[in-house]
Amino acid sequence: MPRTVRDVVFVDGVRTPFGKAGPKGIYHETRADDMIVKSIRELLRRNPGLDPAKIDEVAVAATTQIGDQGLTLGRTAGILAGLPQSVPGYSIDRMCAGALTAVTTTAGSIAFGAYDAVIAGGVEHMGRHPMGEGVDPNPRFVSEKLVDESALFMGMTAENLHDRYPSITKLRADEYAVRSQEKAAKAYADGKIQADLVPISVRRTNPEGGETGWGLATQDEPMRPGTTLENLANLKTPFRTHGRVTAGNAAGLNDGATASIIASEDFARENGLPVKMRLVSYAFAGVEPEVMGYGPIPATEKALAKAGLGIGDIGLFEINEAFAVQVLAFLEHYGIADDDARVNQYGGAIAFGHPLASSGVRLMTQLARQFEDQPEVRYGLTTMCVGFGMGATVIWENPHHKDAGGDK
Amino acid sequence: MSTTTELLKGAAELFPDEVVTQAHVRHLDLPGGAGRFALVTLDNGFDHTKPTTFGPQSLANLNAAIDQVEKEAAEGSIVGVGITGKPFIFAVGADLKGVELLKRHEDALAIGKGGHDVFKRLSGLAVPTFAYYNGAAMGGGVEVGLHCTYRTVSKALPAFSLPEVFLGLVPGWGGCTLLPNLIGADRAVSVIIENSLNQNKQLKGQQVYELGIADALFEGADFLEQSLVWTASVLNGETEVVRADVDRGEAWDAAVARGRAVADSKVHGAAPAAYRALDIIAAAKDGDAQKGFDAEDTALADLIMGGELRSGIYAFNLVQKRAKRPAGAPDKNLARPVTKVGVVGAGLMASQLALLFLRRLEVPVVLTDIDQERIDKGVGYVHAEIDKLLGKGRVNQDKANRLKALVTGVLDKAEGFSDADFVIEAVFEEIGVKQQVFAEVEAVAPAHAILATNTSSLSVTEMASKLKHPERVVGFHFFNPVAILPLLEIVRGEQTDDAALATAFGVAKKLKKTAVLVKDAPAFVVNRILTRFMGEIQNVIDEGTPVDVAEKAVEPLGLPMSPLVLLELVGPAIGLHVSETLHRAFPDRFTVSPNLKAVVEAGKRGFYVYDSGKPELDPEVAALLKQGDSVLTEEQVRARVLDAVAQEIGLMLDEGVVAEAQDIDLCLITGAGWPFHLGGITPYLDREGVSERVNGKRFLEQGVASVPA
Repeated sequence: MPRTVRDVVFVDGVRTPFGKAGPKGIYHETRADDMIVKSIRELLRRNPGLDPAKIDEVAVAATTQIGDQGLTLGRTAGILAGLPQSVPGYSIDRMCAGALTAVTTTAGSIAFGAYDAVIAGGVEHMGRHPMGEGVDPNPRFVSEKLVDESALFMGMTAENLHDRYPSITKLRADEYAVRSQEKAAKAYADGKIQADLVPISVRRTNPEGGETGWGLATQDEPMRPGTTLENLANLKTPFRTHGRVTAGNAAGLNDGATASIIASEDFARENGLPVKMRLVSYAFAGVEPEVMGYGPIPATEKALAKAGLGIGDIGLFEINEAFAVQVLAFLEHYGIADDDARVNQYGGAIAFGHPLASSGVRLMTQLARQFEDQPEVRYGLTTMCVGFGMGATVIWENPHHKDAGGDK
Repeated sequence: MSTTTELLKGAAELFPDEVVTQAHVRHLDLPGGAGRFALVTLDNGFDHTKPTTFGPQSLANLNAAIDQVEKEAAEGSIVGVGITGKPFIFAVGADLKGVELLKRHEDALAIGKGGHDVFKRLSGLAVPTFAYYNGAAMGGGVEVGLHCTYRTVSKALPAFSLPEVFLGLVPGWGGCTLLPNLIGADRAVSVIIENSLNQNKQLKGQQVYELGIADALFEGADFLEQSLVWTASVLNGETEVVRADVDRGEAWDAAVARGRAVADSKVHGAAPAAYRALDIIAAAKDGDAQKGFDAEDTALADLIMGGELRSGIYAFNLVQKRAKRPAGAPDKNLARPVTKVGVVGAGLMASQLALLFLRRLEVPVVLTDIDQERIDKGVGYVHAEIDKLLGKGRVNQDKANRLKALVTGVLDKAEGFSDADFVIEAVFEEIGVKQQVFAEVEAVAPAHAILATNTSSLSVTEMASKLKHPERVVGFHFFNPVAILPLLEIVRGEQTDDAALATAFGVAKKLKKTAVLVKDAPAFVVNRILTRFMGEIQNVIDEGTPVDVAEKAVEPLGLPMSPLVLLELVGPAIGLHVSETLHRAFPDRFTVSPNLKAVVEAGKRGFYVYDSGKPELDPEVAALLKQGDSVLTEEQVRARVLDAVAQEIGLMLDEGVVAEAQDIDLCLITGAGWPFHLGGITPYLDREGVSERVNGKRFLEQGVASVPA
């Protein structure tokens, strides 16, 4: 049987507001599965043209797949969200790039012809499931020096990346972080973020966190608008004495969920669904686990090569800000200025937060908004670093561009 | 306002053990930039197994929360106020324990007024108010929402009702007045009167919306979020709430008249609550809320100080609490597992039992009988009933397949019962036959198997007496219709051991029956009292009182049906049989009516013909009746009947047939359908002075099912 690879598009994406993990965080008494369920439901409400019975797969990522993030979340979330029982689902894990991998994996299946439309997303409730919960690393990692001991501690890998790029100073990282907060505040003021947020009801029974009873999360809790360099200058460097990585120039520990609709372009058009981005290529790459933050560079190299594009073709970047240094290393590698206007126009995870496996779809949702506003840009990319030394990059085409869909 | 605070403080002092509900106020930004909003969460701090209620301190907490939001609304710092509940529960109304403690009319009035004073503030704020019925809402819980400007309801809401009339109250925190003005009198009558008197029927979220009580319906998964999104759209003017006009013309009066007809058919004028509620609904036609609230206060206070409500709460507690912890039941850990059930007999009763065991226990059930034809008929009956369940969607095809495969029939008891853990017999009511059956079963069943009898009048001890192991025989007396009446009298024979009894109670629980432990005494509880009651009616008829006078005499009790209609339902022949049994046991108190005998011998199935649509004495029966010349008035008949019942119950308690009078009442409510407002019967006998007159003492202490001294 002759096969035709089909174009895959990003139809729509939403997310919960992100919260601060911990007893005072807005989601402290909220279940992770409820967060992904409500995101899926919002997606379906926003896209009435998508008959839920036509959804071929629900792929939900979580790093820590136990408790309310376990039980094959893609399947259970589908049932809880009220999808028809005929819609299957599965769970997926690539740590920070979980949701991104949910998108690429299902996209591959769509291109192959196995699916027409899917829900892909991720959730991480780092308050209920702290990083490292229940892990049991094989002792050979250490005994055979397969990885450096710092590889398991993301903050230490960020310090290692500073070592690799001596020119990336703490000051540069802090300056980047201040800009991220400023851009995020502006994006909120311009209404660029709120439209893709799913309001989540949140209960609080412990008065230490604030007013008790039911409330509603409608915006990201971690943001610190008005952050200055002075505020950041004296923060502790918990991963190394006299180090460079602080709570101010890194993403925090967060709770949140994201969900997107990915479909074949034909299906989207036949069903009257929006086409917000067209998938061009994607790639994953491994690097030394102890410099995990380097990962986006080789991943992007691969993705560009597969697409037949150069870095100069990319008009918009959505880079996950696990650490400022990891973004700066990427920019330095490609000779892009720290404050280049094409990069993270709405700010990034330093401001919004980074609930591990959910973040990939946040990047896509934001890139999709930027595409809509900037039809002159043809290509954009979403990229992120991944624990244990990986990078993940997806290149997208802007369907609003005049040449979209044509030859490169 | 301070008067409300004082009023509630005084009430709170009378009820120190209140489980207090907090009214948390939390602020949030509505979606879509609709503004700052105050959301009140009602929460008693426990999980959903202890639903949120309103006692005086709880009302005071809500009052304080309203103080806060009232101020914020007046200042313009919030655009609206919402009220919702903890997970799965909105609020289930007044705390009945607090109501039971009230001794004085003025204290009762204070509770009514206190609730009104707090709730009605919700309609007087400077901003719109929204109730979000997220979960179970009953009574005062429903009413607090009725005072709000708008309401939403969750599709997942399992239970919504104004159960006051069911208990013997009126919806007295605004329900009688506001509901008809919101959804029209006819729908309000359905909710307040009809559902209440129809075994406290509950509405689901969808129905709450369809009735117009809620303005919007959202699914449970994100109910609160969608309610708040909707709130924002209402406040923004994007959503206009349109409600059906209320017909204040003849339809209103017709609805009230319908309500009276419903009440008459259910309580026959015997309990005041429904009628008081209807009076308030009738008066609410002019839309004057405060006048309605005042009338509610008065009705509430009058009813709280009346015996019907106290009986209603008592009955409610019997059914809800005592029924779950049967008095005298042995340690449930002694119960043996039941993995296969045998049924001796394959007649109608046996087949009904087989179906019940099958559906509830989901274990193999084997029927035996004396010939294959009967067995096939019995199994066929069960299969047909399962098909009916399948047709109604009560079970799916897989479940139907499973159940059908589990029921079998065999001629050979050894083959059927060799691995049964529980064998119940439902053969002819004749002691010799039953002894023979049990001997045969004992010979083939495992040593641990429980042998149960569904006898209604024979001695369990005697039935067991010829067995090698009489300690495993228990009485398991169901009431017809088996699928509907909850009562199961579990009879302990003289030699029944704790393990057998514990197993019987364990099985009863799985069967979802209300099990009451009774001594092996003639006709046990329900049949003995009913037979004494009917016997006295028959006596006065035999002595010369006209049938209609005798029948009408007990109408003020509000029983589900008249004595002779009941006898018709039971079957005159069975009635006669039981009266003969009891006559043999207690010849001085139980008579065998010659007229009943004549009716049975004439082959009549009842006393009435229904040609005109109403029951009229069958002329053929009338011709059979031989009456004396002693004609009593209704009052005289009633006194005689009640005296007889009081005497019989007194003797039963002396004999230790059950642990307490409460068990008698529980049996009558769940086995004979005697009404809540009588509290079964002993609260009524106490209240009317019958107990004192006949036995020289009350059945229940003052304060139990009555206003405390």
